[in-house]
Amino acid sequence: MVTAKVHGVNDFIQEISAMPGGEKINLCIQCGTCSASCPNANKMDYTPRELIALARAGMRDEVLSSNTMWLCLSCYLCTVRCPRGIVPTYIMHALEHLSMRHYRTRPRVRTARLYRLFSDTVHAFGMIPRLGCMMAYFLQTNPLKALRMIRPALGLLTHGRMPIKAHKLEPEPMKQLKAILDKAEAMGGL
Amino acid sequence: MKYYSYFPGCCMHEETPMYDSSARAVAKALDVELIELDDWNCCGSTPYTVVDELAAFCCCARNLALAEKRGFDLVAACSDCYLILSRTNQHFQHYPEIRAKITEALAAGGLEYHGTVRVRHILDVFANDISSDEIKSRVKVDLSNLKVAPYYGCQVVRPAPSFDDLENPQSLDRLTESLGAKVVPYPLKARCCGGSLILSEDEIVLGLIRKLLENAQANSADLIVTVCPFCQVNLDAYQGAVNRRFKTNFHIPVLFFTQLMGIAFGIDRKTLGLHHNIVSADKILKTLVKV
Ligand code: SF4
Ligand code: SF4
Repeated sequence: MVTAKVHGVNDFIQEISAMPGGEKINLCIQCGTCSASCPNANKMDYTPRELIALARAGMRDEVLSSNTMWLCLSCYLCTVRCPRGIVPTYIMHALEHLSMRHYRTRPRVRTARLYRLFSDTVHAFGMIPRLGCMMAYFLQTNPLKALRMIRPALGLLTHGRMPIKAHKLEPEPMKQLKAILDKAEAMGGL
Repeated sequence: MKYYSYFPGCCMHEETPMYDSSARAVAKALDVELIELDDWNCCGSTPYTVVDELAAFCCCARNLALAEKRGFDLVAACSDCYLILSRTNQHFQHYPEIRAKITEALAAGGLEYHGTVRVRHILDVFANDISSDEIKSRVKVDLSNLKVAPYYGCQVVRPAPSFDDLENPQSLDRLTESLGAKVVPYPLKARCCGGSLILSEDEIVLGLIRKLLENAQANSADLIVTVCPFCQVNLDAYQGAVNRRFKTNFHIPVLFFTQLMGIAFGIDRKTLGLHHNIVSADKILKTLVKV
């Protein structure tokens, strides 16, 4: 069973390869350039290179329950430098997506909550009103941390940089956007 | 006169109104017409991609379809919007299945897109569509005493083909020099500021911001200029948090490059929104800039 997995042909790898940007995951030569370039590699459960190795070994649970992809900043430095033309950043996004679908939100990955909230807001308003989003996010996750964030937020507020009144799309364009997004959702993703 | 469709992005209504106002003012001074895209919506950013990739592409595609009707290049000021819009364009061109699905979704809103819009970053426009002689001819204020760290951040040089070097970009350096200011070496110029993970992983991101500030200070920069709202917010609004967390004592103003252009062109402080900058640049500008 284990040997079948290390050959790299497993459902998990196929799932990842089917997502845009994930196609080239099997070209990885495990050189570690991505990990060496990643600003957050030392905070991750597994480095980007290790995560790819685990995925190719079919270790779905280990991969999807790790914090690795949730610490990805989408800086694309790994992608710029990968000698095999892989886009590890897209692989991170794909894994975040799979993790969100299969595990729901785990308390330790706060970023998942943040992302969900942001995308719900886009769907509702066509924009991301920051003040409301930040408040909702901290209430959901960690009200204590809100205290630490209050000074930067106040700084923005007092410098006219966090409008209380949320900017929204006009009703007509919003209707159009919603029709498009509802259709996209009805199609069930990519 | 040069014409562009302009995609401000959510940040311009929220955290960085001064990027918007300074960009418009500078464009006017350079005979560049930035025509705001009517009824644009949020680009969706990375979060939407993660939650529902197809919906995220469709979000962008609506903007691209609106821009296509008008026919000019679509200029984004935010590096994230620039990256996300470009990525939708690329996927639309490279993956027939994605193209088909986007087309179907857009039709539900009565729109169509054919993949012809060129997405640009406003740095690319001001640094490459406008000659440095043209920039120099507009300069009215002497910035020669000002030492500037040019901070690109990561995403502005990511969409392929990039308009600048991926790891050691030069366009902002050149532009800053055309304005008459001194550019200091800034080895971390294309490194990530942490982006929106400042909200969810502040411990980690404050550390990244600290390195960027340290690097600018070590090279004796009087101020940092940036091209992305996320970078500006992290370096400016969280500079105090970095100081509290690491017991440091940074006081480095972080201006949008369009604000610095505006200062050089003699545009008034209010239009440039300098009062919105949290780490105030007033003192430095007063002592180092001769009007
Ligand atoms: S840089 Fe590319 S080839 Fe090297 S380990 Fe990372 S993904 Fe694999
Ligand atoms: S894109 Fe993500 S995984 Fe790649 S180097 Fe940046 S933070 Fe690391």
